[in-house]
Amino acid sequence: MDAITVEHLTKRYDATLAVDDISFTVPAGATVGLLGGNGAGKTTTIGLLLGLLIPTSGTIRVLGHDMARDRFAALARMNFSSPYVALPQRISVAENLRMYAHLYDVRHTEQRIAELSRELDLGEFLHRPAGQLSAGQKTRVALAKALINRPEVLLLDEPTASLDPDTGDWVRGLLERYRAESGCAILLASHNMDEVERLCDQVLMLKRGRIVDQGSPPDLLVRYGREDLVEVFLDIARGRRQAAEAA
Amino acid sequence: MRTSLRRIWGLMYRHLALYRRSWPRLLELAYWPTLQMCIWGFTARFIAARAGNTVTFAAGLLLGGVLLWEVALRSQMGVAISFLEELWSRNLGHVFVSPLRPWELVAALIGMSVIRMAAGVLPAILLAWALYAFNLFSLGPILVLFFINLMVMGWWVALAVVSLILRHGAGAEALAWSVLFGLTPFSAVFYPVSVLPAAVRPIAFALPSAHVFEGMRAMLNQGVIRWDHLAWAIALNVVWTLAAALVFARQFRAARVRGALLSIGE
Repeated sequence: MDAITVEHLTKRYDATLAVDDISFTVPAGATVGLLGGNGAGKTTTIGLLLGLLIPTSGTIRVLGHDMARDRFAALARMNFSSPYVALPQRISVAENLRMYAHLYDVRHTEQRIAELSRELDLGEFLHRPAGQLSAGQKTRVALAKALINRPEVLLLDEPTASLDPDTGDWVRGLLERYRAESGCAILLASHNMDEVERLCDQVLMLKRGRIVDQGSPPDLLVRYGREDLVEVFLDIARGRRQAAEAA
Repeated sequence: MRTSLRRIWGLMYRHLALYRRSWPRLLELAYWPTLQMCIWGFTARFIAARAGNTVTFAAGLLLGGVLLWEVALRSQMGVAISFLEELWSRNLGHVFVSPLRPWELVAALIGMSVIRMAAGVLPAILLAWALYAFNLFSLGPILVLFFINLMVMGWWVALAVVSLILRHGAGAEALAWSVLFGLTPFSAVFYPVSVLPAAVRPIAFALPSAHVFEGMRAMLNQGVIRWDHLAWAIALNVVWTLAAALVFARQFRAARVRGALLSIGE
């Protein structure tokens, strides 16, 4: 069963076509990567999937719910994390998590916070204001917030941006464990190709709002004759393959 | 319903946690109403001491006006500033992708507004009683209706401000502090509507506040309840609340179309 089904999704802002007739699915339990340069339409796509944006045309179904008609039923079963959307800085980590536990109607709130505190190693700063944490600690808190309702669909916008390699690796490990344990579907927008190669079963390559290619990371490497996804990304972003074919 | 209430409480909890951690924020709630009460209270006392009984009466009207107008002001600011707190903390993205419905967001902001209003106005009411022997509660049970009408007016004005913030982003945030002050002259807080130029009176009578203050003066002057003014205040509040809710719903949808919810705090 597909956790996310997107059909002919288009988003236009006046003269700008941010997302141009894209269709894709994310199967339950799979991780799909959204790759593309800045302005390729990744964040817009995530915004559309979260109901922050109304599409110009097309349909989105998340966990069987039509996002145009029934988005709140889907939102209760999904969650989101992005380093570009902050959590309230002046209240403590525990208070932040308590707030979101209420918003997502999580039962046994304190027990859930204690579980997350153990899993994400938050204990040392659980009662510290969120604004006083390091980038790595903030990422852990953001992930705790994203996992507070045990989501069946997780949308992640560059979850390891600005993290040191050690913390980034730790986050990727956590996401792998969570997916294996919960069967959660993950849609991951990232510029980190190692991360995409490690986590994603399928990759959607976006350029100017369109899906210009897709496949599993090994398939893409074979198809483009490259050894790593960075080169594949550059081939697509710079149109090197089309240029070579045209020549 | 239970889950709705829990979500509303979730957002209120975040604001209460913020106040628990910040004494300047708590102090700010009571600061302005108390200061207003001191300034107007001493002014009223000075005038009353010089001019005798009639002016003593007018001093009571002045203090009643100050206190009741603070109810509207604090209610409006309570909603608008609680919304701005979310915007300033760049948390709205998370709030809007949670299952919190827009009406639940408004309900939570109104809940915070009631708490903020009580924390701001009650000390001023007590101060008026302690320093100037002015007991607002001497108006009797009708005071509850005055309070409710002014609070509701504060809420729909705030909803209009929030709609403008959704439309124009953080650039419209100054309205959170200023917009109701602009309605003060038309609300006939310290003088009867009849004092206003004839051309301006229809504006005054289109505001629930003008009817509340006419009612307050009738109660303090003659000891009578002007049900006609109260009925007007209630009816106008219903109309304005529906209009503000409609504007809010339209602006919220428009913000989702324009993508403004992704960048509203910027």
